[in-house]
Amino acid sequence: MDKEERHIFSVMVENRFGVLARVVSLFSGRGFNIDSLNVAETHDKSVSQITLVTHGNAQIIEQIYQHLNRLIDVIEVTDLSAGTHVEREIVLIKVATDNAQKRTEILQTAEVFRGRVIDMKPASIVLEVTGDEGKLEAAINIFNTYGILELARTGKIAMMRGATN
Amino acid sequence: MELSGAQILVDSLKREGVEYIFGVNGGAAMPIFDALYDENDVKLIPMRHEQGASHAADGYARATGKVGVALATSGPGATNLVTGIATAYMDSIPMVAITGQVFTDFIGSDAFQECDVIGVTRPICKHSYLIKNCEEVADVVAEAFHIASTGKQGPVIIDIAKDAQRNKTTFKYPETVDIRSYKPQVNGDPTQIAKAAALIKEAKKPMLYAGGGVVLAEASEELQELTLKTQIPITVTLMGLGAFPETHPLAMEMPGMHGSCCANYAFTDADLIIAIGARFDDRVTGDLSKFAPNAKKIHIDIDASCIGKNVQVDVPIVGDAKNVLTELNKLVDTADIDPWRDQIQEWKQKYPFEYEQKGNKVMPQYVIEKIYEHYSDAIVVADVGQHQMWAAQYFKFTKPRKWLNSGGLGTMGFSLPAAIGAQLGCPDETVVNINGDGSYIMTIQELVPAITMKLPLKIFIINNMYLGMVRQWQELFHSKRYSAVDYHDNPDFALLAQAFGATGLRVEHPEDVEPALLKAKGINDGPVVIDFIVDEEENVFPMVPAGKGLGDVIRGLS
Ligand SMILES: Cc1ncc(C[n+]2csc(CCOP(=O)(O)OP(=O)(O)O)c2C)c(N)n1
Ligand SMILES: [Mg+2]
Repeated sequence: MDKEERHIFSVMVENRFGVLARVVSLFSGRGFNIDSLNVAETHDKSVSQITLVTHGNAQIIEQIYQHLNRLIDVIEVTDLSAGTHVEREIVLIKVATDNAQKRTEILQTAEVFRGRVIDMKPASIVLEVTGDEGKLEAAINIFNTYGILELARTGKIAMMRGATN
Repeated sequence: MELSGAQILVDSLKREGVEYIFGVNGGAAMPIFDALYDENDVKLIPMRHEQGASHAADGYARATGKVGVALATSGPGATNLVTGIATAYMDSIPMVAITGQVFTDFIGSDAFQECDVIGVTRPICKHSYLIKNCEEVADVVAEAFHIASTGKQGPVIIDIAKDAQRNKTTFKYPETVDIRSYKPQVNGDPTQIAKAAALIKEAKKPMLYAGGGVVLAEASEELQELTLKTQIPITVTLMGLGAFPETHPLAMEMPGMHGSCCANYAFTDADLIIAIGARFDDRVTGDLSKFAPNAKKIHIDIDASCIGKNVQVDVPIVGDAKNVLTELNKLVDTADIDPWRDQIQEWKQKYPFEYEQKGNKVMPQYVIEKIYEHYSDAIVVADVGQHQMWAAQYFKFTKPRKWLNSGGLGTMGFSLPAAIGAQLGCPDETVVNINGDGSYIMTIQELVPAITMKLPLKIFIINNMYLGMVRQWQELFHSKRYSAVDYHDNPDFALLAQAFGATGLRVEHPEDVEPALLKAKGINDGPVVIDFIVDEEENVFPMVPAGKGLGDVIRGLS
């Protein structure tokens, strides 16, 4: 009962101003934590999708689910962790490349993670790595040994496997 | 024909059947007040403080079941409404609060009297709208009333920019409201209801535990049917008083911190609790780890997020209490639980609410008993503190919507303005306001509109010259260190009432209590204020100290 679990919620909301604030203040007002958050329009312009990663014991997760559902602008809430789903996140990593040898090493390492080079300057390089949490953590740890200058993550996006409903 | 946004707002309110709108004027709301100036159907009630306006709208809603409407200007007008909005939110009262906002182009510029009302009220309302275009007004009003009055009811804010009030467009009111993201679940799941009926059948020590949700859902009749059909003992919370007649032999009176020993012992001993529109509030359960240790729990509530929040529930049923009880009633029979009923009767007889007459003092409980004797049919609006608890204990409520109080937020100052709203909503009823000396002075200015409108309010102050409830805790848990609770510097409330233009009486002796109450009965051309000078250090018992289990209730008298 008290075991903390990580959950990914997909929250479909009306695409209006103020909706994100309602979702977020639901967490801040109750002292629940948001580990990652991604918001964007869907193929239907009137609907936005919020992908939200949070953690807590079963009771807290249930509360979060119910409170999200209670918001008037929320169309649908899905706890993706309850079923099989796919998840992805993109990270952009800027690494220092002081000399040619280090640059070669970094490029080789990037290969291992199927990272793409999206910018290169004499003293730095920007890599894009896509994957699930484990892969991104591993990539970040390795590149950290070369010295990460800057890092930006999109936050997780996810969806259920197979046809819905 | 094109109408201004303000006129459309007023016409929309008319379409919603609004009778009264309680407000205080100001710059950013002037077009709306102007539109109300020669309006006969929607009557504008000017209050003396916006907090009073929101409590009056709330009191109107509690007494009538209809949506209450409050109106204020931007900035300080809006922030003054906040306490009343939060009060309504905590007790799920349907309300629409309208605030003027600065011109659209000024929003976000720290303009004069600008305040992000939507931001400030986000956690204390069911929903909110910022209107920047007059074209949105009609649709927003229709949605706001729909949301406020359906599902789990609550306050909705409409913040409307001044240019949206002034600009003109054609008025077309939507015939129906359909919000794709808002579909409250009103019917309970039949399998769950069947499970509940099965548990009820098996139980040897079942009890019904009904709350304010029963009143809000207009489900008192169905609750009575369930109780009478099963003959299961029932406790009704502070918020639900009157949902089941307290005078009935099966009634255990209210549970919780200052509730009856009988109800609290019953919780501790029960093997099944059937909660209906009640939320296992901490003031009811006491220490959760000791709460109803042997009981299975059925929880019927309109709000799924309320179920399982405080206690683990065996049979959750999400739905409107009226619908769910109607279905449940078809599946239940008289419970075979005589020994349990006998036990309840024994506790009831042994531990009634009781107090000791101290010398020749006016005992506060005695005043309430006498009020009950002479005003048993009245709508009683209580404030917050000891007097509220004594009123709940010693007045016996037999019908819903006769007992109004701020149970969830516990807002001092609620009662006088709420009584004004209740009296306007129910002109043929007697409205009794049971107030505390501390609470009364928090919104005393609302005596002015009550007098202007000649409302025959009976305002009874239980004056102990203290913030009594806090003093009681200081006496019991802070070694009598009476920090900031001594109100011996109170003004003479009878004289003050006279200065306002009301009838003011002062009662200092027990033998004067009844004559004063009778005199008040005869004065119906305006409010009567009776200042009952009561025993100063009387405490409210029984009492379950904070953090203790219900079984550890201090009974008070031996
Ligand atoms: C607005 C507000 N401020 C403070 C409190 C804390 N409080 C709860 S009861 C109480 C005392 C109320 O005094 P009074 O109205 O004289 O009632 P009594 O308890 O003496 O009957 C106080 C200060 C509150 N509930 N509401
Ligand atoms: Mg007092």
